[in-house]
Amino acid sequence: MRKNLIKREPFSDTQLLMTITIGIFVIMYLSAMGFLGGGFLHFQQICDMLNDNASLIIVSCGLTIVMIGGGIDISVGAVTSLVVMSCVLYLNNDGNIIVSILLALGIGLAFGLVHGFLISYLEIQPFIVTLAGMFFARGMTTILSNNPQKVSHESFAKLRSIKIEIPWLGYTANNGNLITAKMELGVVIAFVCLIAIFILLKYVRLGRCFYAMGGNQQSALMLGINVKRTRFLTYVISGLLSGISGFVFMMHTGAGNSTNALGMEMNAIAASIIGGTLLTGGVGNVAGTFFGVMTLTTIKKIVVSSGLNDPWWQDITNGGMLCFFILLQSIVLSRRNRNKKAKVKV
Amino acid sequence: MKKSFKNIFSNGLGQLTIPIIAIIILVVFNLFRDPSFFSIEITQNNEGNNVFSGNLISIINGASELAILAMGMTLVTAACGGQDISVGAAAAIAGSAFVKVLKAGETISGGRVILAFLFACIVAMCFGAFNGTLVAVFKIQPMIATLILYTCGRSIAYWINGGATPTFSSSIVTAIGGFIPGVPIPTPVLIVLAVAVIFKLVFHFTSLELLTQSVGINGSAARLNGINSTLIKLLSFIILGLCVATAGCIGVSRLGLINHETLLVDIEMDTILAVAIGGNNLGGGKFKVGGSIIGAYVIQTLTITLYAMKVSSTDVKAYKAIVIILLVVIGSPVVKARFGKFMTKLRAKKTNACVKGAE
Repeated sequence: MRKNLIKREPFSDTQLLMTITIGIFVIMYLSAMGFLGGGFLHFQQICDMLNDNASLIIVSCGLTIVMIGGGIDISVGAVTSLVVMSCVLYLNNDGNIIVSILLALGIGLAFGLVHGFLISYLEIQPFIVTLAGMFFARGMTTILSNNPQKVSHESFAKLRSIKIEIPWLGYTANNGNLITAKMELGVVIAFVCLIAIFILLKYVRLGRCFYAMGGNQQSALMLGINVKRTRFLTYVISGLLSGISGFVFMMHTGAGNSTNALGMEMNAIAASIIGGTLLTGGVGNVAGTFFGVMTLTTIKKIVVSSGLNDPWWQDITNGGMLCFFILLQSIVLSRRNRNKKAKVKV
Repeated sequence: MKKSFKNIFSNGLGQLTIPIIAIIILVVFNLFRDPSFFSIEITQNNEGNNVFSGNLISIINGASELAILAMGMTLVTAACGGQDISVGAAAAIAGSAFVKVLKAGETISGGRVILAFLFACIVAMCFGAFNGTLVAVFKIQPMIATLILYTCGRSIAYWINGGATPTFSSSIVTAIGGFIPGVPIPTPVLIVLAVAVIFKLVFHFTSLELLTQSVGINGSAARLNGINSTLIKLLSFIILGLCVATAGCIGVSRLGLINHETLLVDIEMDTILAVAIGGNNLGGGKFKVGGSIIGAYVIQTLTITLYAMKVSSTDVKAYKAIVIILLVVIGSPVVKARFGKFMTKLRAKKTNACVKGAE
């Protein structure tokens, strides 16, 4: 029996942390259904959560990759906001939708390339570089326009109004009408990104290189991995995803504002951490990140619907939950390390 | 003379090269742009005191909070190899505590101000100890641990204020944020000076500097040498808490009100930047508090210069970013190494030419 236990490797750190997050999310959602009822009983609640957070999911995926590689990118929210503003202004000047998509991707890619070059080839600390990127993007957003801008583009409005309706998940309202569950196009894009990155991290050589580099840079170098290029690519991917997220954000809100996506970078970092990514690198998973975003959103919804109407409760509960998750991770990981050491001694 | 000049180019002034070069560039740029930029006048303020005014004074005065926070942040950075991103939020909490005690009584007397300041210090030290415990005992990275307070700190301040932005008026508090009657120098500048002197004295009479450096360079080696690294890390956060309380109280005294949203907003990023511009390694280890102070003044000089060039306050960030990138690119190890190689090549060519000429 004992031998069996030692032989079977139960879970890797990544999987363990992710499982805890998913478990807590499910318990939290089920108890919200039980105690609060109301909106939580309808599938539309989940759709709303996805609609509101599609861009956050995309951004968090990019951030997860950077964090797995052992870096940090705090410019993602600001780049998203810059992309929204520039696309809105372009579309309002009789722009083309395809070109605006390319513009969004281009801005994101440009930020990613510059960050990656400065961080991996000039060996500057990632925090400083991406902080400068954040300042630059926020400043450029206000230089472009200080006033909120609404998109008045016909075909874009059509694209925005496309919603995926799922009749069998809908519910019948009090007056007898069937209300179908509606999902925006942005959610589909978010899921495509999520799956693509999941495959990249799990089955593609480059993705495994990210883990190797984040786990131990020296040994990755000795394995023959081009560490500089790999690190460069993590920032490029993150930048590209910020561009996509900007476009999705614009599809959701339909307007550009200089305070768009304010504080998104910290939400994305929090989501990645709750999902089991470690800032030290080498550990993490985008599926966990997805549940991290959902957990954060569920907390918000629970606070709102449980009647804590004072404006400060939302942030305070968020902070409390974050504290709980961080402590939990720390305790679980340190216990596992102790067990491992004990096993080695035996 | 020649040798020392060469030394500056090859080794630099140690880690102070970048901040000093940056401040010289900014000063020279301003002198060319507008020779009267640094003129100082004596004017009469609202209370009828003769005080100094001018761009130079507003730079030194405006950077006070930043300089105080940068001093504390340097210690945390050196000991823990990470940064505290909750200083702005914690300062808002400390400011709220300060105002809460001030408004508890009927009148604001000198004793009450001291009591309020002490209370703010205790509150900020408690939050510092909270962050410090997470970092030192639970071994969580500082940025993640302080993310908790960053998320909820300003809401806690809002809660303490009871959902309002309380105002108060008192000549004593105004003197803290502005000018003491009869003294032409802004009081915040004097406070910065006092804090800097306290830091210098602490480093002089205790071995805190050495202990912090050894914990930052290699925590486990320091522990094996009998240094309690957990305590040192905790202590660095508590000291930062004191700095946060001081900065928060100055910020509140300047305005005469506490607004949880706008008090020292975005200062955490500027503080970390000041530490980095000061040439301190953000990964921990060796540090110079003086560098961080100069870094703080570099940032404020840059901001005031941009304001003087009629850049609006929201657009300043973009220009700031360009300057930051230029600074860190110049200071990056790869560029330095390339530059050093280039210099030696140039020198070798010169000596070769000399030898050939002699032949």
